[in-house]
Amino acid sequence: MRRGSRWFTALMISPTLLALALVVLYPLVAAARESMYVRGEGLDADGFVVEGERFVGLAHYAELVGERFVNALLNTTVFTLVTVTLETVLGVAMALVMHNVLRGRGVVRAGILIPWAVPTAISGLMWRWVFQADGVANAILGEKILWTTEGVQAKLAVIIADTWKTAPFVGLLVLAGLQIIPTMVYEAAKVDGASAWQTFWRITLPLVKPALVVAVLFRILDALAMFDLPFVMIGRGKLSVETLSALVWDEATQLRYGSAAAYGMVLIAYVAVVVFVFVRLLGADLLADTRSRKRTA
Amino acid sequence: MKKTLLLACALTLATTTACGAGEEEASADGRGPITIVDTQSHEAATRKVIDAWNAAHPDQKVTLDIQPKDADSQRQRLINNAQTKSDAMDVIMLDAVWTAEFAANRWVDPVAAGTFKADEFLAPTLATATYRGNLYAMPWLTGTGLLYYRGDLVDKAPTTWAEMKETCAEVLPEHKEMSCYAGLLDKYEGLTVSFAEAVQSAGGTVADESGVPHLDTDAAKAGLTFLVDGLKSGMIPKEGITFKEDEVKNALQSGKVLFARSWASLYGTANAADSPVAGKVEVAPIPGLDGPGSGTLGGANLAISAFSKRKETAKDFLTFFTSPEQMKIWATVNSTPVARTALYDDQELVKQYPYLPSLKQGIVAAKPRPVAVKYGDVTAAIQNAVYPALSGEVAVEQALSGLQQQLSGLLKQ
Repeated sequence: MRRGSRWFTALMISPTLLALALVVLYPLVAAARESMYVRGEGLDADGFVVEGERFVGLAHYAELVGERFVNALLNTTVFTLVTVTLETVLGVAMALVMHNVLRGRGVVRAGILIPWAVPTAISGLMWRWVFQADGVANAILGEKILWTTEGVQAKLAVIIADTWKTAPFVGLLVLAGLQIIPTMVYEAAKVDGASAWQTFWRITLPLVKPALVVAVLFRILDALAMFDLPFVMIGRGKLSVETLSALVWDEATQLRYGSAAAYGMVLIAYVAVVVFVFVRLLGADLLADTRSRKRTA
Repeated sequence: MKKTLLLACALTLATTTACGAGEEEASADGRGPITIVDTQSHEAATRKVIDAWNAAHPDQKVTLDIQPKDADSQRQRLINNAQTKSDAMDVIMLDAVWTAEFAANRWVDPVAAGTFKADEFLAPTLATATYRGNLYAMPWLTGTGLLYYRGDLVDKAPTTWAEMKETCAEVLPEHKEMSCYAGLLDKYEGLTVSFAEAVQSAGGTVADESGVPHLDTDAAKAGLTFLVDGLKSGMIPKEGITFKEDEVKNALQSGKVLFARSWASLYGTANAADSPVAGKVEVAPIPGLDGPGSGTLGGANLAISAFSKRKETAKDFLTFFTSPEQMKIWATVNSTPVARTALYDDQELVKQYPYLPSLKQGIVAAKPRPVAVKYGDVTAAIQNAVYPALSGEVAVEQALSGLQQQLSGLLKQ
């Protein structure tokens, strides 16, 4: 590449880089700085808050061994593992239904996608009514479970609601993947006498994998940052469903911006590690996929 | 590149005009148009008072800024405004439990002594606007818990917990689907209110005026035991632990409880024409261990932002807003109880809100929730200690001694 054109390239992408530096890099650096300071601590003799900030180094990070943080970390992890697993299985099943349905295709697809289209805060409210003491859930089960009280049942309620809401998202992305599988591959399988099960494992799944991996990756990112559903459905301050995002929010609300920033940094690091491991394990060569597709096109 | 430049220009332009808007001719005498920040549920009433002011003061017009409905977001918005030292808010509505935080951070100005007659206001409402002996807001709205009961089934309102239980024992056998009592017991601010009320109604206090917690007392134990045993024995229905205002209202309206504790606003709803129990719901002060109980104070007051540039107008407007005439007009539009003593004996208002005499009795006996600059931590500590006791996971003594220890640390100033 000529020297001049490289400069030109740099010039052309510089607005993007500038924008990224402003909206991504700056907040990150500012948060990292904030996480090492404490502000407005203590009162003077007249009861006024002492102004100014004080450098405390990594003191906020020492709170990471605290009961509340560990609880939030565990909740976040449990929610992510369980919901993403359930959503993947159900999502793939939904995609297969949507793909193979012969009659009333539009109705089936719309029906499956509706939960995804409902804003999370609204579905949180809806599920709160389902799970209240005299709600639909208890009426169907014939039990009197107090879902919104602290305990395992609150976690379960969140998992059910989240799966209901986001399995269609996985379904949608997988459906897109299914639609680009050429029918002749299936015809060849039929000719070779493959069973339906074999066809699914040997043909459908490998060919739909690139789309599935992207869907699962998105879901993991989303689930690790879960906030609104437990908040609206079960209530703030219920420790059995407090996620990392909720903890960060709560600390910031109590004006402890230092520890809020510290927890936020940890959340970012956690998300980065999980995604890195995921991409490595599944060999989700996201870029290579687009590259190869461009070549065949 | 050209586009970015344009965009940058547009952005700077937008921000400068946005900043500029607040600064228009900052008048030297502290007068000019001002903004009052209030919450959605007060809108109609507050607007009426503002219109009256604006008609008389065309050069010092008041604009109403309506806050989001949820209290957390309201507080957050006020704090954001204060931390940027913006003069966009001149008069702000301060919830009773925010007074200490806003005063200690110097976000609101103290109210000068002698600007109003303190003895015309209910004493407890002044307490909710006071921090370290100084008044930081004009007393405006108040409120405390009331005992709602089914007048068609109960002859006389109970004054003690024991009486309430007796009445239930008489009435409930004929009404199998009913439970005795419901209160605000879900894990949220209402639980702090209910706990403080139970402790006070047994003769104790969560924390005294100098910030010392008193949860190692018999009264505190009796108070919490009332709630815990109530849930255990079924006096309070089992699902009562998930009740907030709405659930309590539903329980009362659908005939699931005989007695219910809620705020003054429930009266209108429960006796409205579309309510299944319309005309059957009556009100009394809340009961206690050995006599009438003691509630916690809710309510909100009006403060002047420390960063206002038009404080003279703001002061005049506050005097106008909290004057007997305007407060009465406000009260006829909105059912939230106001702070002026005389209005509780006002014939027209009593006709409109028959619960006012009971309420006045309740407010005089009520106490503020613990005063703390970091109130959020205090209420979280109370909820985290009381809730497991209600669900039976932690024994009453253990919950109280843990809370005593925690509050000692949090309230030490």
